[in-house]
Amino acid sequence: MSDTAIRNQASRRERFSAWANKNRKWVLAGPSMIFVALLLTVPLGWTLFLSFTDARRSVRRPFDLNGIDNYVSILTDTARFWPAVGRTFAFTGGALFFQLVLGMMVALLLWKPFRGQGVVRTIVLLPLVATPVAVGMMWRLLFEPNIGFVNEFIGWFGIPPQPWLADPNTSLATLTFVDVWQWTPMVALILLAGLTSLPEEPLEAARVDGASSWQRFWLIIVPLMWPVIAVAILLRGIDALKTFDLLYATKGKGGGAFNDVETLNVYAYGLSFDYNEYGVASAVLIFFFLMILGVIWILRMLSKVK
Amino acid sequence: MSTRLAIAPTQVLRTKLPLTFGGFARFLAIVAMVLFFIGPIAWMVMASLKFNVQIYDSSQAFIFTPTLANYDTVFNPNRGNYIQFIWNSFFVASVATGLSLILAVPAAYSMSRFVMGKSATLVLLARIIPGVSLLVPWYFIFAQLRVTGGYLPLVLAHMFVSLPLILYIMMSFFQQLPEELEESGQVDGLTAIGAFLRISLPLSIPGIATATILSFIFSWNNFMFALVLSGPRTKTLPVAVFDFIGYASIDWGALMAASVVVTTPIMLIALFTQRYIVTGLTAGATKG
Repeated sequence: MSDTAIRNQASRRERFSAWANKNRKWVLAGPSMIFVALLLTVPLGWTLFLSFTDARRSVRRPFDLNGIDNYVSILTDTARFWPAVGRTFAFTGGALFFQLVLGMMVALLLWKPFRGQGVVRTIVLLPLVATPVAVGMMWRLLFEPNIGFVNEFIGWFGIPPQPWLADPNTSLATLTFVDVWQWTPMVALILLAGLTSLPEEPLEAARVDGASSWQRFWLIIVPLMWPVIAVAILLRGIDALKTFDLLYATKGKGGGAFNDVETLNVYAYGLSFDYNEYGVASAVLIFFFLMILGVIWILRMLSKVK
Repeated sequence: MSTRLAIAPTQVLRTKLPLTFGGFARFLAIVAMVLFFIGPIAWMVMASLKFNVQIYDSSQAFIFTPTLANYDTVFNPNRGNYIQFIWNSFFVASVATGLSLILAVPAAYSMSRFVMGKSATLVLLARIIPGVSLLVPWYFIFAQLRVTGGYLPLVLAHMFVSLPLILYIMMSFFQQLPEELEESGQVDGLTAIGAFLRISLPLSIPGIATATILSFIFSWNNFMFALVLSGPRTKTLPVAVFDFIGYASIDWGALMAASVVVTTPIMLIALFTQRYIVTGLTAGATKG
């Protein structure tokens, strides 16, 4: 290679390096953004488009635009759609409430150091890393009305056996309990991280002034922790609204024979892949997506008011 | 975010604990909590070691003669190649995590050093959107490209979960790294990207470890994407467990054994990397 060629190559590399460094914001972030945008915006646009069509049965079958027919039909559907909306909120609300209460209790228990704390913390972590499908199967056995351990356990306290998952009236509450079992540790860990970063002075001052631990909790810890609690509610709330694995793995297609645990996500999945009603499914999904955005917006407004 | 640092303020409270009524109540509460969280898992493991007759017999609830028969059933080649499913889960989780790291770590760095509102929103959107709403179009596109049933759709779908997760964790990690170090590196003649590669990146290895572990766990546990996108040969473990039901009657022992097989690797990882997992899950939560 001649001298000039080497010099050219070197200067080309230099120029590239200068360019890359000057635009490093996009050189570094670009590939990720393109990936997410391709996998997100194109399919989302496609789903939005499908929601105005009568696409069904096969992805390759031709279909026609049918305007807002799908939206009209789901919004007037009081047999499957609206009950699914109700279940989504019941499940999410119930799960969030108990996860916050129990999560705060667990966080407070783990806050002060004690012997064996490391082991206890690891054990608390296990439910949240466990595979949700396996967790579902595990609780299916535990809640089995005839051979499950739960009925035996409540029998020790004189409580009669319950049908749990087998009865459409109790199955959603039972699965809410399972969600609480699995995700309370997550809420507890977030709250614990908040507790350990609390400033020392206000608590100490309150103690000196003779505030009871109940007062210290409600008047000092909770207000100081509010931003962390809001984050926990937001993160867990989004995931709870979208819960699928647990519900589908324990009750199967359509959320059970009576659709008793059919939330919006399970309903949309069923429409898409069990019944291949792509048009209607897309309308449900667009509604669901907007609903999640709405919930997030409301939560953010609420957390600012406090 | 290390929990160790925060012991100091609570040290004062500690002295009061032992041998009081409150201390005893707290001890009982901790025992109850531990039993509540580990009891069901222990029950699943025990049931996986019992014949179905023993599962039906409450007198053998805690004391029984263990058997590995259920694991034989799970790994019986006639029921499907379980070793293959384990490999599929491992392969998809590893590749999705690896590729996501390559894409997301530089992006997280860039987004923590520059204000990138729209890009951050896009990533947030990826976390919020219901997965089902992307699955139909993905399935359609993958069918057009004739890659359904292979690993590619699975890896891409899992990356869609891993990438935002890694980005989120790494952003909060890079925000805690002082910029002064990079600046002094640049004074010493490094380019801006060079400073990132040679200074910030090595310093962020604990953060990368955290992101890797969590991404692997979430990918391993993923059920919905694999349920739609995996073929008979690329089936991952959660789908394989799900396939155990749906026959006439449930073989509880084998179902529990299959569940133990899918959860055990994850729980072992969690045992050894507890602190990383906690850091990752609470990343960004305490910034307020």
